[in-house]
Amino acid sequence: MSTNLANLLYLIPIASFILALRFLSNPAHARRGNQIGAVGMLVAIVVTWIRVGTTSWWAIAVGMLIGGGFGAVAARRVKMTAMPQMLALFNGVGGGAAALIALAELHRILPEPGRPKLDIDVAIALSGLIGAISFSGSLVAFAKLQELIKGRPITYPGQKFVNLALLATCVGLAVTLDSGVQDEWLLWVVIGGGALFGVLFVLPIGGADMPVVISLLNAFTGLAVAVAGFELENNVLIVAGALVGASGTLLTMLMGRAMNRSIGNVLFGAFGQISPQAAAVAATDGGTVRSASAEDVAVMLAYAHKVVFVPGYGLAVAQAQHDVRQLADLLEEKGVEVSYAIHPVAGRMPGHMNVLLAEANVPYPQLKEMDEINPEFGRTDVAVVVGANDVVNPDARNNQGSPIYGMPILNVDQANAVVVLKRSMNPGFAGIENPLFYNPKTVMLFGDAKDSIDKLIADVKDL
Amino acid sequence: MPGYGTPGRGREVLGPVSHNTLLVFELTILVLAIFLGVEVISKVPTLLHTPLMSGTNAIHGIVVVGAMVVLGSPHKDAFDWVVGFLAVVLGSANVVGGFVVTDRMLEMFKRREPPKPADAQQDGKNAE
Repeated sequence: MSTNLANLLYLIPIASFILALRFLSNPAHARRGNQIGAVGMLVAIVVTWIRVGTTSWWAIAVGMLIGGGFGAVAARRVKMTAMPQMLALFNGVGGGAAALIALAELHRILPEPGRPKLDIDVAIALSGLIGAISFSGSLVAFAKLQELIKGRPITYPGQKFVNLALLATCVGLAVTLDSGVQDEWLLWVVIGGGALFGVLFVLPIGGADMPVVISLLNAFTGLAVAVAGFELENNVLIVAGALVGASGTLLTMLMGRAMNRSIGNVLFGAFGQISPQAAAVAATDGGTVRSASAEDVAVMLAYAHKVVFVPGYGLAVAQAQHDVRQLADLLEEKGVEVSYAIHPVAGRMPGHMNVLLAEANVPYPQLKEMDEINPEFGRTDVAVVVGANDVVNPDARNNQGSPIYGMPILNVDQANAVVVLKRSMNPGFAGIENPLFYNPKTVMLFGDAKDSIDKLIADVKDL
Repeated sequence: MPGYGTPGRGREVLGPVSHNTLLVFELTILVLAIFLGVEVISKVPTLLHTPLMSGTNAIHGIVVVGAMVVLGSPHKDAFDWVVGFLAVVLGSANVVGGFVVTDRMLEMFKRREPPKPADAQQDGKNAE
């Protein structure tokens, strides 16, 4: 297949990726959009397969079977709760592939006389560096979300300086490589340095901000892929990579906006560190925590007029969405008005709660967005917080010293009574205190969310 | 075995088009694609942030095409081949995993008033 014919056929995947992005940003066509993208990808792969000629067919087939098989099994098996870390992992391997392509390309062309063009050199250094950052950064994000390493920000004095110096060194070495020093080891060092930078760059970022970080690294991988397209003089890589790089950057900013934080603040704020000021305010509050039994809570719920469930990450961890639905149905039979308050960033990903509750077939009209439900808390008898923490923290409204000050929250503290289902008194994912738990209107029901809900179901039935 | 002597990639069969002409052309489509990428998702609802992130993640799996080109072109030695092979493995994990995860997420969004929770998995294929 000639290069021209291949480039002509590559217009099919290019068009389908653009359509995929367009459709993905509209709830009605999102799934169709993803399918269009997948078909375009298949066309791109088949065209390339034919193009590269017969000698490597088997190697490519074996490689794709291994990688694709792993991807398919992992993506099928993963629980809905673990989606965020899965995304991080798939993003990381994409970045890793871009870095490997740079390595192989440089190795192939280097020692031959007739040095490659400067733009190819620049592309190799860039895609190696960015790909490596994306690879290792994504793996750290994966490890944090999988709780292999602690989600709290890890910081030390001079951290930003060290990171900056490391990045500057990598860029400097990349420039050296591009200015005609024909040494493959330079690229190894650039890639290794990039990988180290990726680790150091993500470590100080708190677990609650991981979605934004993954989105940013996603854009990075897109960029690395576009640059790899320059290396290989391949249009479809350039277009697809640039589309992802640009839309991913915008998406990252939109996600930051949904949390009312700037990207700079997310990346460098070491969010979730307890500032002394906030800790002092929390301490002077001096309230006590009241814990209740399932029987007490069951009575509160059964005799309420209006109950609002506020799901959070704890619901996802405990896989309690079906149980919550069952409890809600039971309450409705008793004439209680039930709705669900969905904070846009509850859970670990925007839209996380919608996905889980949809899985449990919760009727759509009962799902209320933040702006819709907030005015209703005033006339709510019981707000049941199922494993949510930061998104109901009144400090975001009241305490200027709090790291989440300014984030829009669900005003559950305005309900007549609040029941908080929680595993223990440990602070939430962001690692900050929540005065809601010390509010006299609040009772705590400690234990795994699923067990607690099941007990509530049994007790409500007994009433 | 690694393939020797197969026709190489674009730049070796460029014909009359000079390298710089090609570079300018590539930069043009890069810039256009960047603007298009911003434009095409500028009004996405919060609800779809995660699936969109996952969808773009699948699209950058196109890197597998680059990996295939590397693995499929003439090799200098085993190192070249091994790195290309690894790139194909990683790239295809990105593609397949990305699309499957996105589809699973969107499948959830779609079912609103379904018949039963029990037959959740494979029933979503019929016409809307």
